[in-house]
Amino acid sequence: MRDRFDGGSSGIFAKEFEMKTQNPIAWLLLVVLLLGFAGIWRLQHDIDAQRVSLSEERDDVLLRSGKLMKVMSLEYAPLLADIYWTRVVQYYGNKHVRGQANLELLWPLLDITTTLDPNLLISYRFGAMFLSQAPPAGAGRPDLAVKLIERGIQTNPEYWRLYEDLGFIYYFDLKDYKKASDAFLEGSKKPNAQLWMKVMAAKVAAEGESLETSVFLWKDIYNSTSDPSVKKNALMHLQLLKVKEDCRQLDLLADEYAKRFGKRPVRMSELVQAGFLQGIPGDPLGFPYIFGEDGKAELNLDSPLLEQQLLLERFK
Amino acid sequence: MKRAGVVALNTFREAVRDRVLYNLVFFALLMMAAAIAVGQISIGIEQTVIVSLGLSAISVIGLLISVFIGVALVSKEMDKRTLYALLAKPVRRWEFLLGKFAGLVLTLAVNTAAMALGLLLVMIYVKHSLEGSDAAVLVAVYFIWLKLALIVALALLFSCFTTPLLAILFTVGLYIVGLYVQELRNLPVEVMSPAMAAFTRWLSYLLPNFENFNVMALAAHGRAVPGALILQNTLYTVVYCAIVLTAAAAVFSRKNLK
Amino acid sequence: MPASAIEIENLTKEYPFGFLHLKKKTSLEGLNMQVETGEVFGFIGPNGAGKSTTIKLLMGLIFPTAGSARILRKPISDVEMHRNIGYLPEQPYFYDYLTAAEVLDYFARFHDLTAADRKERVERMLKKVGLETARKIQLRKYSKGMLQRVGLAQAILHDPKVVILDEPMSGLDPVGRREVRDIILELKKDGKTVMFSTHILSDAEMLCDRVGVIVGGKLHGVGAPGTLVDMKTQGMEILFELAAASNAPLIAKATRTGDRYRLQVAEEELYAAIEQLRAAGARILSVSEVKATLEEFFMNLVAADRAQASAVEVSGK
Repeated sequence: MRDRFDGGSSGIFAKEFEMKTQNPIAWLLLVVLLLGFAGIWRLQHDIDAQRVSLSEERDDVLLRSGKLMKVMSLEYAPLLADIYWTRVVQYYGNKHVRGQANLELLWPLLDITTTLDPNLLISYRFGAMFLSQAPPAGAGRPDLAVKLIERGIQTNPEYWRLYEDLGFIYYFDLKDYKKASDAFLEGSKKPNAQLWMKVMAAKVAAEGESLETSVFLWKDIYNSTSDPSVKKNALMHLQLLKVKEDCRQLDLLADEYAKRFGKRPVRMSELVQAGFLQGIPGDPLGFPYIFGEDGKAELNLDSPLLEQQLLLERFK
Repeated sequence: MKRAGVVALNTFREAVRDRVLYNLVFFALLMMAAAIAVGQISIGIEQTVIVSLGLSAISVIGLLISVFIGVALVSKEMDKRTLYALLAKPVRRWEFLLGKFAGLVLTLAVNTAAMALGLLLVMIYVKHSLEGSDAAVLVAVYFIWLKLALIVALALLFSCFTTPLLAILFTVGLYIVGLYVQELRNLPVEVMSPAMAAFTRWLSYLLPNFENFNVMALAAHGRAVPGALILQNTLYTVVYCAIVLTAAAAVFSRKNLK
Repeated sequence: MPASAIEIENLTKEYPFGFLHLKKKTSLEGLNMQVETGEVFGFIGPNGAGKSTTIKLLMGLIFPTAGSARILRKPISDVEMHRNIGYLPEQPYFYDYLTAAEVLDYFARFHDLTAADRKERVERMLKKVGLETARKIQLRKYSKGMLQRVGLAQAILHDPKVVILDEPMSGLDPVGRREVRDIILELKKDGKTVMFSTHILSDAEMLCDRVGVIVGGKLHGVGAPGTLVDMKTQGMEILFELAAASNAPLIAKATRTGDRYRLQVAEEELYAAIEQLRAAGARILSVSEVKATLEEFFMNLVAADRAQASAVEVSGK
């Protein structure tokens, strides 16, 4: 038999050697993983920047004909509609990146989406909202918005919210109060319609545009939607309506002041000193109102709402 | 390294002798003939349609080859035990793996080049000429090849530690995830906890992003692809493949063969 | 002291199995064994005894749970050491889209040979294993025996010092087995060390300088085939022919096949028995020794191992 002494020690040595060789592989892997993914992180950012600057419109441009798409997609049409729908959301979401907030593809995308799946309700609602609104928030095409909603009503005649949206477009963007009222009335007859639809029909027919109506409609949109873009937009409108009303109130107070003191107040603090106000009022974001050069109440120059208001006014 | 090359060339030879590949190429050419037919229906956008269909066909066929043969590369050798005699030679396991990878990537290069040629011929047929702007199509094919290389690496990795069927499912699954990984960044951040938001953001950058390689719209309209993007995508593929192959080598080198 | 060609020290392989991998199956337990340079060593045991496991461990196809081994003084983890060893796997299968010449050429490329040298060796090997005429046919068309020969060829093509063969005779017809035996003997003549595993004992007895017997994952004995079993003659066997029936008690004890009879008697009673048979008119055909064979030694071990295994099962461990 062989000498066990020699076998013993070299056996132990061999085992150690075997164990040591395992670690280099593990260490190498760790290093590669760390360095590699750091590199990937960096590269992915670069690629993203590069691709965005290409402002690709991808294959949305490719097949403008909704009907052709529908034929080609066979039974996968609703699935394709969903994919197009995500593209719509993304397209809208990326508008700020596209420089001029050009939304001219919004209509073709929505057209294809709703042709592929006429029952995709959310696309009608989202579409109506952002097609009709003035830029930069929307595409500024209330006519197309009406077309879209009408298509939606045609295929989903019992869904009352579509009528709400139609009335909304006529009321806010087309200022056709007769048609708005008709839409609300029609919608109020549909199943599950909320009571206010009927009330709204009457009110709009009687008064046309009113602050109360506007606030109510925007509030309803805000509460009933789950889409973040829509919510954000509704909130912005509500804030601006509040600003409008606040300024109107402040102007009335300023008139009172003028009657009493013979001149209009220049600063808000003067109203406070005269006892008309208890504190300097702020806009919904907390920025105090000021009086402009023409003596009318205005938003503070620092308030972000000012920019929104100016944009909205520009396209009135 | 030279030994990896020996394995690579043998892998290439196997793919060439495996007549399945010729059928696939034939199928691709058939698709392009269909493109000509479609092109005649939608006047004015024939080029767009043909390029889109052709690139889609190259991508899909390339994908099939990458996934199925990519998984078979190692699992077939383990299954049939051809690997046993091979590993008894003075060759390291990672050299074997690298060789298999290189062989299939080389095969894919030849295949996609052949199909690209077919596509160009179809374009000539329809347009009766080619312009410099059509080089965008070649870049698009190059990007598809890069994408396929990454998929092969992933298929190899998965086949090293799961069954062939699971490896195929994982690879395809990861591919689909990789197509939409960019959308992760568009998720509504407000509804998540900040930890979750950070996690999804990390994930969206680190998971393989196959959308990077999609320049079909540019190619369809003959618009040039910026050189910077070509470089970036090439680097991306090289780095990502290095990561995946290292992981595969690490797993494979400790694997007990059945 | 000249080193052994193969040194195995406490080599152990356990496979976890079952739910959560909590249970362990030990396919090789603490193997200590050496194969000396220049000898032909037979590694014998029943199926599942651990022969293939040992060889796969040596070749780095699986990794030991404990213990170590060296071939030509290099640890088994050293891939470069593979330059000097040749391996024939069990039931070999090669790339079936290649021809024999291509397979050999492919494998040969992993060794540092010049192109001319490689070509020459491939030719020589094909001739040696008798596949010269079939060299251009794809392997998918080969019979099992032909595949085995290809396997042998790739194992010895690079002139290795140590050749390890896993069940080289399995599935071969007698002609094939004879050819493999001849090749092994030729290798021995060239001074190579050969280790092969088999469960065919007669091959081992005939070819090997030494054998190691493994059953149930444990080594039960190593040594020249003759020394492992008690070679004491257990008796003598007489083969005789008897045309007419006879009532002799001796004849009744014999086993009969037609007109031929076989009778076992103790060594000391041999001549008396022969006398009696001749008196009864029998014609003696042959007389031979009855020895305990490796086979019996083997079967006893297997039986003992099985008994132990079932005892363990019964005890519920």
